[in-house]
Amino acid sequence: MAAASPAGFDPRLAWPLGSFLALLFAVPLAMLLVISLQTGDGYGFGQYAKFLTDWFSLRILGGTLRLGVEVTIACLVLGFPLAWLHARSPGWAKSAITLVVLLPLLTSVVVRTFAWIVILGRQGIINNALVGAGLIDTPLRLLYTEGGVVAALAQVQMPLMVLPLVAALGRADPNLADAASILGAGAWRTWRTVVLPLAMPGIIAGCLLTFTASVTAFITQSLVGGGQMMFMPAYVLQQAIALGDMPFAAAISVIFLVCVLIVVALLSLLGRRSRAHV
Amino acid sequence: MFDGPLADAPLPAKRIADWEGRSYHWTMAVLATLALLLMLSPTIVVLVISFTSGLSLRFPPPGFSFRWYVALADAWQLQFAAWNSFKIAAWTTILSLLLGVAAALGIARSQRLSARLLDSLFMAPLVLPALAFGLSALMLFSFVGLPVSPLTLTLGHTVVCVPYVVRNTVASLTQLQPELLEGSASLGASRMMTLRRIVLPLIRPGIIAGGFICFMASFDNIPVSLFLRDAATDMLPIRMWQDLEGKLDVTIAALSGVLIVATVTLMLVMERVAGLSRRLA
Repeated sequence: MAAASPAGFDPRLAWPLGSFLALLFAVPLAMLLVISLQTGDGYGFGQYAKFLTDWFSLRILGGTLRLGVEVTIACLVLGFPLAWLHARSPGWAKSAITLVVLLPLLTSVVVRTFAWIVILGRQGIINNALVGAGLIDTPLRLLYTEGGVVAALAQVQMPLMVLPLVAALGRADPNLADAASILGAGAWRTWRTVVLPLAMPGIIAGCLLTFTASVTAFITQSLVGGGQMMFMPAYVLQQAIALGDMPFAAAISVIFLVCVLIVVALLSLLGRRSRAHV
Repeated sequence: MFDGPLADAPLPAKRIADWEGRSYHWTMAVLATLALLLMLSPTIVVLVISFTSGLSLRFPPPGFSFRWYVALADAWQLQFAAWNSFKIAAWTTILSLLLGVAAALGIARSQRLSARLLDSLFMAPLVLPALAFGLSALMLFSFVGLPVSPLTLTLGHTVVCVPYVVRNTVASLTQLQPELLEGSASLGASRMMTLRRIVLPLIRPGIIAGGFICFMASFDNIPVSLFLRDAATDMLPIRMWQDLEGKLDVTIAALSGVLIVATVTLMLVMERVAGLSRRLA
């Protein structure tokens, strides 16, 4: 076994980072938990009760999770064909597609979102094109709508979906799909019964990354969604910075964190099962 | 195409298969093109609008000029924020490389449970909401009496950026051929020498790619900076975000143009040096 090779590295090398993260990541999260249990006169679940019995808060949580699902679906519908194109392209085109996908990932989130203000604005590309074509008389309201947020966020997070899909489709043996079609399965049937199951680990990894990134993002939401739409991260910020209510902000963070972890756990479970089938 | 009996295959079935194959390829190709356009167009839009001669974000621009790039030269607040972000990102990358490469060497190629657990710990900051971490880090620092400063910023950034270094270094370590290490050891090289002469040169592209992504992630970080910076440390993405919330300033377009050109240049350099596209896909 390679792991037992004489030149295996010393496991103690992992200790500095281990203690660094224990001290600066695990301890703060534990403190967050403790502070979220502070009520006016001692400790208890008061802050959680306040959140869970408040329709306004629950709607924000529901809206955030829905936004995550919508963005993830949009990314999957467009990202899968892009990964498919990548898999059947020659080498140079593969690199080019990967760089096009990487570019938004590495460009500043503020810059990417700024582009969407230009595209969706009253004098933006879409409105000017529609007015120019005589389809509408007055510019549409595209900024500050949920549709606008989903479109912008889908573009911002697309790389997180495409990269795992590219990896999964690249690993899949192309002979399997060929075999299916030679045996008489139509293209769509081959896709459903061969390509999709083989790509499933990549799909799940992509969905996991896209979902967590979209629900925890807030720059795109705040600039494209405007002040009217509130999602969980902005709610935490508002309570912590604007109102200075640290215990409630901590409780919101913990609830949000637990929700994200539940989704992550469910998707990883699905991922493990799908890998078992392949 | 075929001679003999195959050529006489029943026509309807063949036509259905043909139609099906074509509809599949067309759907996929159209959606893929749409996705490529969606990925590229925002960048192009920003580059075009940054050369506008007008005062608004009207698209297409009424004319073209360099006026907003000239205005950028006087935007001292943005320059100050950019310098701060650069310094913090540089320190974060140095610290992340020191901690992350060592940790990757410690856990890679190990099947032990402790290594798997540590791996989960090292990746956890990527999954958990960074904003929740920023808030809790602020609570910790105020609890121990450490005022927010460039130091707390660097520490906080390192927590959320070090996973990129670990992941990329571990990935290149797993591809390392064990025979090389065994060969080096059997020829009498000490572990330190094997590490310096064999391992580090081979995994260097992975380390560089990880460090690059770490730097970009730190430079662009907002959720952690929001909580851990002091009043004197203005960070570029936060400054841009707040400028865009207040008024739609075209100077931001010019700054975005500069950032895009810098990002593309760095990406192409990294593609040459570290094979970025092969590494991440």
